[in-house]
Amino acid sequence: MLIRLIPVLLIVLLVNAVAAQTTVKGNVKDNKNNPIAGANITIKDSYDGATSDSLGNFSFSTSEKGGQTIIISYIGYRSFEQVITLDKPLITINAELKQEVSELTAVVLSAGSFEASDRKRAAAVLDPIDIVTTASGNGDITGALKTLPGAQQVGESEGLYVRGGTAAETKTFIDGTLVNNFFYSSVPNIAQFSRFSPFIFKGTVFSTGGYSALYGQALSSALILESIDLPEYSAANIGITVLNGSAGFQKLTKKGNASWGLNYGYTDLSLAFKVIKQRQDYSRAPVFHNLDGNFRIKTSKTGMLKYYGYFSSNKMAFTTNSIDSVGYLDKFSLSNNNLYHNLSWKENLAKRWRMNVGVSYTNNKDKIMSGMQDNNKNDVLLSGLEFKDFDLNTKGHYFNAKLVIEKKLKALSAFRFGTEYNFSNDKINYKDYNNQVYPSSLKENITALFTEADVYVTNDLALKGGLRFEHSSLLNRNNIAPRLSLAYKLGKGTQASLAYGIFYQNPERRYLPSMNSLRFMKATHYIAQLQRVVNQQSFRMELFYKKYDDLIKTDNTGFTEAAVNNKGFGDAKGIEFFWRDKKTIPNFDYWISYSYLDTKRDFLNFPYAITPNFAAKHTASIIGKKFVQKWKTNLNIAYNFASGRPYYNILYDASSSSYKFNDMGHIPDYHNVSFSINYLPFIGKQNPKSYPVYVLQVSNIFNIKQVYGYQYSYNGMRKETILPTSRIFVFIGAFISFGVDRSDEVINNAL
Amino acid sequence: MKRTFFILLVTLITVTGFSQNERYVNAMKKNIAEIDSAMVKGDLPKLTDIAASFERIGNAEKNQWLPFYYAAYCKVTQAFMKNEPERNDPIADQVDQLLNKADSLEMKNSEVSLLRAMNASLRMLVDPMQRWQQYGPIVQQYSKDAIAQDATNPRPYWFSGVSLKNTPEQFGGGCGTAKPQLDKALELFESFKPASELHPNWGKETCEREAKDCE
Repeated sequence: MLIRLIPVLLIVLLVNAVAAQTTVKGNVKDNKNNPIAGANITIKDSYDGATSDSLGNFSFSTSEKGGQTIIISYIGYRSFEQVITLDKPLITINAELKQEVSELTAVVLSAGSFEASDRKRAAAVLDPIDIVTTASGNGDITGALKTLPGAQQVGESEGLYVRGGTAAETKTFIDGTLVNNFFYSSVPNIAQFSRFSPFIFKGTVFSTGGYSALYGQALSSALILESIDLPEYSAANIGITVLNGSAGFQKLTKKGNASWGLNYGYTDLSLAFKVIKQRQDYSRAPVFHNLDGNFRIKTSKTGMLKYYGYFSSNKMAFTTNSIDSVGYLDKFSLSNNNLYHNLSWKENLAKRWRMNVGVSYTNNKDKIMSGMQDNNKNDVLLSGLEFKDFDLNTKGHYFNAKLVIEKKLKALSAFRFGTEYNFSNDKINYKDYNNQVYPSSLKENITALFTEADVYVTNDLALKGGLRFEHSSLLNRNNIAPRLSLAYKLGKGTQASLAYGIFYQNPERRYLPSMNSLRFMKATHYIAQLQRVVNQQSFRMELFYKKYDDLIKTDNTGFTEAAVNNKGFGDAKGIEFFWRDKKTIPNFDYWISYSYLDTKRDFLNFPYAITPNFAAKHTASIIGKKFVQKWKTNLNIAYNFASGRPYYNILYDASSSSYKFNDMGHIPDYHNVSFSINYLPFIGKQNPKSYPVYVLQVSNIFNIKQVYGYQYSYNGMRKETILPTSRIFVFIGAFISFGVDRSDEVINNAL
Repeated sequence: MKRTFFILLVTLITVTGFSQNERYVNAMKKNIAEIDSAMVKGDLPKLTDIAASFERIGNAEKNQWLPFYYAAYCKVTQAFMKNEPERNDPIADQVDQLLNKADSLEMKNSEVSLLRAMNASLRMLVDPMQRWQQYGPIVQQYSKDAIAQDATNPRPYWFSGVSLKNTPEQFGGGCGTAKPQLDKALELFESFKPASELHPNWGKETCEREAKDCE
């Protein structure tokens, strides 16, 4: 009987054992000993578990038995796992969770750069839409960037003048490859627009120094643009403004894995110039034809092939009163054809390897005719001023290719290396008043190799180190440029960064060929930054020192100014502040930037080291944006200020065979207040068929007199102010896009 | 005794066998009831615990989509009720992960699509001015999907109604546009039958309340 009972007892015991409970309790902390509330504590593959309370404590009972795995997880932290044996009534577990390095919380290597992109980065201070909605930006990519610290307000010529550098020291890259002729061809004393619509880019990084080893041949600054990927849906758009008309469409395939689009724009400034009097007398108001096309193909889950092609043809001709001979006119005409192709492909390879490859090709032709006319607009040739009568035909072929291979390491760390090849062939035909032709041609091959590593030691400390090697066939020289940056998180949203780097650049094409052997020009950057981004408020302060070596010096070679040696030098130092606040006033977003710049350089024909005419000591901008819900209207205002820049007249003194100052001084301070209104009537409509945006923009609304500088007669005897082409400028336009959200047929009929 | 032993053994096996499914159903029922009581009491922190519990059930069961659905639902609802938009992004990331798990077990479900729409709306609310162009169409698309996947589901209309009601009139919101959506939702709630006692069957009370507000 007893023997019979044993199994029953055993079973009863067993059942009892199954029912017996174990209490698991403990505490969850982070590596700084702070409690973690809301962590999920689980026994693997069971329902049992708990959530930690505000002190990080938890407790639960379980009827599981034997060896089990406890998992404790919390967002942003690496999961904690421990094997336990549930063989006693109480088990205590104290866990310390390690923070995961993630893009949302990690420190950002931000020294020297402003980023406007849709990436959810902790330290992004600009939004992509800022590029187009800044009142003083005139819808130009560089316009908005000029309101950021580090960039100068130079109105008489295009380009970004960064921290005491010339416009040529800033290079622009689209999808990784270099863009030549980013701006329309230069016209004397009139700043030109950039060629590309800001709407084709989704990300903008404006580096005012210390940028990555992936980029080179820019002493001061890199503007790195990333074009948009696949659009969300098919759409057509038309735009009508006082200056131009444009139409285009973007078609997304049914599968949603590819898209293509075409845009055409026609710009004719004659109407605007009739209404707003220009300083120049146009015999041919500027007319532009722009055609661009694109396709984008999703080559795999992570791969994307993108093509963007652009063709532009424009012409203009005008006269101005000649400063060299009273009663006569200077005649200038320009016709430009520009063709640009950009093809890029990015793909994730196996094992966290990634590849980025891009090629771009540019073909640019400029035809410039210069001469003099009498008051009746008849061409004349004045003795002593024959040099003003010339034709200049330039043809440039530019090819750039780049390959970047990246290996993603743990967390955000990465290692990359690659190569870049840049070819340029410039042909210039200079025809003088005698129809004597002076052809010149210059070919250059620059090959580069680079490597770079991002190391995220923790969420709080990150380093980026890089090395770039370049060879120039024209100079027949090599250079090696180290780059280094570091960021350390001081607290929530607050970080300090440092950057250092050496940057090389070839002498500018316009001062070549040279009789002598030249070297690379060189700049060394040192940057220290403090940044705080918390709750829709950003503050940034940056200190920098930039040293220039081996800048080119030029000499008068009869007709032109040509480089003779690399004995130029200079430096720039300063402090910059940026404050943006979207929070304090509801629906009102503003930013303030201020730059102090102290720079001197001796380059080109400068007799000695001076503060160059493109460098103002104080530069400031205040930008405000308000959305008025009731009116469905965006109001934007911008105030730009620059203290008076120096001006110089430098003349060649034949007797001493050297350059001497003929005149110098400071231009008045620059003030500009611009205002723009965007009316978006579709807001609030359910499933709107079209998305019209009406724009009214007025620059220099207070009609403040702005002086950009002075120009001198060839002999330095007469002086004239360089002024904006008009005091006030008014821009009115309507941009309508039709979303084709499957149901919409407007566009299908139109095509 | 051999018989006794056999009976005991069979009973034990049956109980354990049954209890697997019953345990799931009971645990789910308990959690679903807890959601309701937390909502009535306005006990938002409790939703974190319930979501965690659902997640544990989902991870243990491995082939049930509803635990992940409910875990996501708890988090989405909690974020909407808390109304601290600047904290929405990491929550929305978690919700997407949970919904990906639900999706992998139950493809193209109307209820999951609706949570996707609500989740996209959470992301939009972080910075509506900057984000409506990006997330607006995504919200719309998921809402449309939800309706297409199950025309009898009242919740997509409920969500559209509630969203419109909370949108300023200048933006095309307010009771005028919300009411028809809420009415349509109420009509569907009347006839809506969940696929099982564990399937989603929430929203009727708030819908009635919101509709009343608009009368």
